[in-house]
Amino acid sequence: MKKDETRYSLEGVTGFISDWSADKETFNVPWGKAMMWIFLLSDTFVFSCFLIGYMVVRMSAVDAWPNASEVFALEIAGHHIPLVLIAIMTFILITSSGTMAMAVNYGYRKDKKKAAILMLVTALLGLSFVGMQAFEWSKLISEGVRPWGNPFGADQFGAIFFMVTGFHGFHVSIGVIYLAIVAIKILKGHYESAGNYEIVEIAGLYWHFVDLVWVFIFALFYLW
Amino acid sequence: MEEDLEHDMHEPTSFLTKYVWSQDHKVIAIQYSVIAILVGLVALVLSGLMRLQLGFPGSFDFIDPSAYYQFVTMHGMIMVIYLLTAIFLGGFGNYLIPLMVGARDMVFPFVNMLSVWFYLLAVIVLMASFFVPGGPTGAGWTLYPPQAILPGTPGSDWGIILMLVSLAIFIVAATMGGLNYVTTVLQARTRGMTLMRMPLTIWGIFMATILALLAFPALFVSAVMMLFDKTLSTSFFMPAILSMGQQLDHEGGSPILFQHLFWFFGHPEVYIVALPAFGIVSDLISVHARKNIFGYRLMVWAIVAIGVLSFVVWAHHMYVSGMNPMFGYFFATTTLIIAVPTAIKVYNWVLTIWNGNIRLNVPMLFALGFVSTFTIGGLTGLFLGNVIVDLPLSDTYFVVAHFHMVMGVSPILVVFGGIYHWYPKMAGRMLNETLGKWHFWCTFLGTYAIYFPMHYLGVLGVPRRYFAYENYDFIPESAKDLNAMISVMAIFVAVAQLIFIFNLIWSLFKGEKATDNPWQATSLEWQTETTPPGHGNWGENLPVCHRWAYDYSVPGYEEDYLPQNYAGKGEEQKT
Repeated sequence: MKKDETRYSLEGVTGFISDWSADKETFNVPWGKAMMWIFLLSDTFVFSCFLIGYMVVRMSAVDAWPNASEVFALEIAGHHIPLVLIAIMTFILITSSGTMAMAVNYGYRKDKKKAAILMLVTALLGLSFVGMQAFEWSKLISEGVRPWGNPFGADQFGAIFFMVTGFHGFHVSIGVIYLAIVAIKILKGHYESAGNYEIVEIAGLYWHFVDLVWVFIFALFYLW
Repeated sequence: MEEDLEHDMHEPTSFLTKYVWSQDHKVIAIQYSVIAILVGLVALVLSGLMRLQLGFPGSFDFIDPSAYYQFVTMHGMIMVIYLLTAIFLGGFGNYLIPLMVGARDMVFPFVNMLSVWFYLLAVIVLMASFFVPGGPTGAGWTLYPPQAILPGTPGSDWGIILMLVSLAIFIVAATMGGLNYVTTVLQARTRGMTLMRMPLTIWGIFMATILALLAFPALFVSAVMMLFDKTLSTSFFMPAILSMGQQLDHEGGSPILFQHLFWFFGHPEVYIVALPAFGIVSDLISVHARKNIFGYRLMVWAIVAIGVLSFVVWAHHMYVSGMNPMFGYFFATTTLIIAVPTAIKVYNWVLTIWNGNIRLNVPMLFALGFVSTFTIGGLTGLFLGNVIVDLPLSDTYFVVAHFHMVMGVSPILVVFGGIYHWYPKMAGRMLNETLGKWHFWCTFLGTYAIYFPMHYLGVLGVPRRYFAYENYDFIPESAKDLNAMISVMAIFVAVAQLIFIFNLIWSLFKGEKATDNPWQATSLEWQTETTPPGHGNWGENLPVCHRWAYDYSVPGYEEDYLPQNYAGKGEEQKT
């Protein structure tokens, strides 16, 4: 009895593998989408290495790590509000994921005008994110934070902060350009001949990935 | 979903679009290979210069200690990354993947073209470091901080910066190519070409590309961080340091972090060059022994298993780094486990040869040579994988001998074998057989003469990476004679490669015309309508795959091979 069960489950596994490997296309998706997924997997490893590097560096630093809620606070109308800028930035980026998802939806309905406009809105939100990041950087720089040192504590704070948020901001900027190009091409009727707007979803995958990475950066840099 | 005519079929006509800015995978493959071989020759010359110093210390004035360390560093980095990785993935991968899986091209030819140009840029940046003040970096190919970026190490001003920038560019190139290779294998196979019917060459290259896509990020990150340590004086990898009596501006960084990141890339890198070699050798042996590969499914699973395991063994390069000794236990265990799938592959090669109808032509000789050198190199790996045995052997010539046998000589023999095997398809002419045999025997016996004695030097305790060995009591006089002998053999083997280069060029014009399928092989690349295959590879219709790639000597047929696109009934269909 027991033996039979293992046999069946093994058959299930081998059956699954031979079915899967027998398909002409391993994943039932367009080439571009498969390629984007694989790229994002590779990029995940890049960000993971950066974040693991950050954790190790933070542990090996000899001076005390600066207090995030102090460093990232803003003075608004006389009130000292910790993490307010970053909260707005995070909110904007997550909102942009929402507009992106709507664009994908309209793309599937072949409503090219709405899809393109929503993509442009997403790009604008992304642009404002990068703008606020530039503001945050310039504020920190004016307070004396540099890659090689800062007045708040461990030298590595500025180095790893500028490097990782800079690398993420670079991804967002690339995403803004990418979304804008795709949106304009949609409006110009570039994808009429193909008859589908899967490109919107492919661009969306990248955008959601950049958002997801931000969640980790936010948690590890601002809340830890 | 996408049919084969997805990418437009209009053929490029001008010289520039056809041979320079080409998006055809076959042209890109040849561009990759030519660049890789040229830069490989530079590294070969560097190794000759190193051996001159080691064999005949003091006889050559222009080799001072700085120059020697620069030769070591550049030789290692070029051979591992710019020659072997590039030629296996960019060269063989580009040429063979679409042809062997029955596709018209890579899925995104434009990105593929960008890949080769980025690769060329990376090579140019690297070569530029020979001409900057201070010369190329002499930090050793592992580029360990802190010494890599501190004054006192040759090339610590410009060389190291160019090296790191070049690596980052190379990684961009490898990623763009790699995305294409993986997507093509997964999504663009022809009808009937299931994953379990793919030739093992494709399996090896496919898995190696996945490793590249997941391992290169670690090198990229460590290169970026070290670049900042150098240019912005951050302290990612730099602890507090006294240099020449002066306290440097660094504090609190972790040099071990670099080693972890580097070897998280570095160990999969070994398999990035080994897996394609495994795959190609399996096919060469099967074709030229006229026998189906023994244990095809197990061969595939061994490739997959090696690929997965290669990500959990990296710290066996770091037993003496000062990391937590408990790690050694874990990494020694995983390291020894990886010997299991590797041994399966060696047994299967031997069993494929067993009772085969062996044709001892040049590709087969190189394949057999690989099995020999790889076994020797693999066995010494068992010594070094065990912490206790590794400690006394660490940083001696035993290590040098081990990794040159296992990931220097072995893959390069496969590169040669592969070129002798597929050159007829690429060039339309056969390579000269006699010159090929001379090339093989000189290289094969020569490399044994070089690396076998090195094991002995290592057991004596001769340390690696030393410029000169004067005034060490524990090194006997005989070791110096041995070093001289090794150097003579090294120069001999290096010169012997000229036979190969001459053969490549001479055969291109004067070689015997190749038929479409000179080796009577089954896989699809030999079934094209023209040789070399034209634009789009397959003429009007894509081939349809009916069988696995190893139907050799099937009973009851006149021919001793059944091509993969042969529709008639074969004996005992394998999936």
